[in-house]
Amino acid sequence: MKKTEIAVIGGGPAGLMASLAAAEMGARVTLIDRNSRLGGQLVKQTHMFFGSEKEYASIRGIDIGKILSAEVLKNPRIETMLDSTVIGYYPDDGVLGVEVEEKTFVKIKPEKVIVATGASEKFLPFENNDLPGIYGAGAVQTLMNEHGVVPGDNVLMVGAGNIGLIVSYQLMQAGVNVKAIIDAAPNIGGYWVHASKVARLGVPIMTSYTVKAAYANELTGALERAVIWQVDNKWQPIPGTEKVLKVDVICISVGLSPLAEILWQAGCKMKYVPQLGGHVALRNENMETTVPGVYVAGDVAGVEEASSAMIEGRLAGLNAAKSLGYDNGTFNEKRREALEQLESLRSGPVGEKIRQGLAQLVS
Amino acid sequence: MLCTKGIPTTEDLATRIPPEERRRKGPVVMIECFQKIPCNPCYTACKHGAIQKFEDINDLPSVNFDNCNGCGLCISKCPGLAIFVIDETYSETQATVSLPFEFLPLPHEGEEVDLLDRSGKKVGKGKVLKVRNGKYEDRTPVITVAVPKELSMVVRNIKVGGDVR
Repeated sequence: MKKTEIAVIGGGPAGLMASLAAAEMGARVTLIDRNSRLGGQLVKQTHMFFGSEKEYASIRGIDIGKILSAEVLKNPRIETMLDSTVIGYYPDDGVLGVEVEEKTFVKIKPEKVIVATGASEKFLPFENNDLPGIYGAGAVQTLMNEHGVVPGDNVLMVGAGNIGLIVSYQLMQAGVNVKAIIDAAPNIGGYWVHASKVARLGVPIMTSYTVKAAYANELTGALERAVIWQVDNKWQPIPGTEKVLKVDVICISVGLSPLAEILWQAGCKMKYVPQLGGHVALRNENMETTVPGVYVAGDVAGVEEASSAMIEGRLAGLNAAKSLGYDNGTFNEKRREALEQLESLRSGPVGEKIRQGLAQLVS
Repeated sequence: MLCTKGIPTTEDLATRIPPEERRRKGPVVMIECFQKIPCNPCYTACKHGAIQKFEDINDLPSVNFDNCNGCGLCISKCPGLAIFVIDETYSETQATVSLPFEFLPLPHEGEEVDLLDRSGKKVGKGKVLKVRNGKYEDRTPVITVAVPKELSMVVRNIKVGGDVR
């Protein structure tokens, strides 16, 4: 049995920051990630981030990932386990079961756990939604930005949130034609500057539209065209408003759900909060769940965005270290600073949904 | 239009267009940022005190046009690519627009390109005067293009190499 002071599950923005913050206070950390490199979704984010300098504003996600990963890898207090998937949490003794490189089963007994497992993509029900050529936006980003492969020639983007808008822009950068971006909501959900960026490229954005069906090419069996139709203000489709688009890719970007399995296993008190993407753990201001010693940070704590995920990670890392007695004298100041940063990021009109969601969570 | 199509209306733009008197004096910034989002790099990028200090990170940028010398250092620092510099004093008949452009191929100086409006519609042709693509721009090159003067408030994108798609 391997022992560690703090196990951090997930090496994305929240997990990286949590590890660094805990190590900075003096704690020993084991960072576990199922991928073969650190960075989580940051490795696909080619656009510049919003926020302020403290949250790496104006720096591209890919570069933030590199900066944070390099700091983690050179920190002697942080041990990194890559290609390692946490597949179980045993609440009786607090042991984590980890599958390493798909062949070895390792048990880890941490004193504290920070769960920063992120989120998974939601999908959309429509006729033939399983045809080859229909992807989640994350898959399209992985293909293009990690592997340098374009998914097709003509794309229908479903979802005008930030991910849908950004991935549309990245598709255009890769030379792919985005025929339209549709969203069932009456208004664009993402930042308007992202929408303006794709509008300037001539991509039409159609709100109050959803997918009715997809159809395959008879010979290849792959997606050939999509039928979309308008929805009314009760989200009901309006017959007669159908439009046919000749596309070989439908990219689905309709939101994310927290990847909370470990938290369920740990016995954390969970609550369904639509504003935060699904089931999330109740927690206090220090990011600690109802199971003492189990902390959350990032999208698993409520789907938001990378800047706040990083600060939540920092907060969880600082508090987990402090609870073990580690404080290099700067804990109070750093904790206060992180809380203030989070509040300011969420204080504006676009943070309203998050504020509503969080109000139901913090115990 | 802005919240359903991503295209600002004349009314939206009215709040952002630098006063005509200032535009007659030389290059000046126009920040097409209409939504309160937590973001402030434009303010920290401005070395001339033209972009006012943010009280709250969600504030919309506010510009003191008298302090702006049109240097354009803010253009490549805006994560929303929403900042442009307009020079209506370039010549009798032409103005220049400096805009962020993250596509390949990049145009070269002297090249003729299609001029696009905020909906991506082609509105004319213009000549590229300058391509700024150094370490500071960090993969958000800034293109300065000469446009017919009456299109200074219309042109917000370019297309290199004509109608490929």
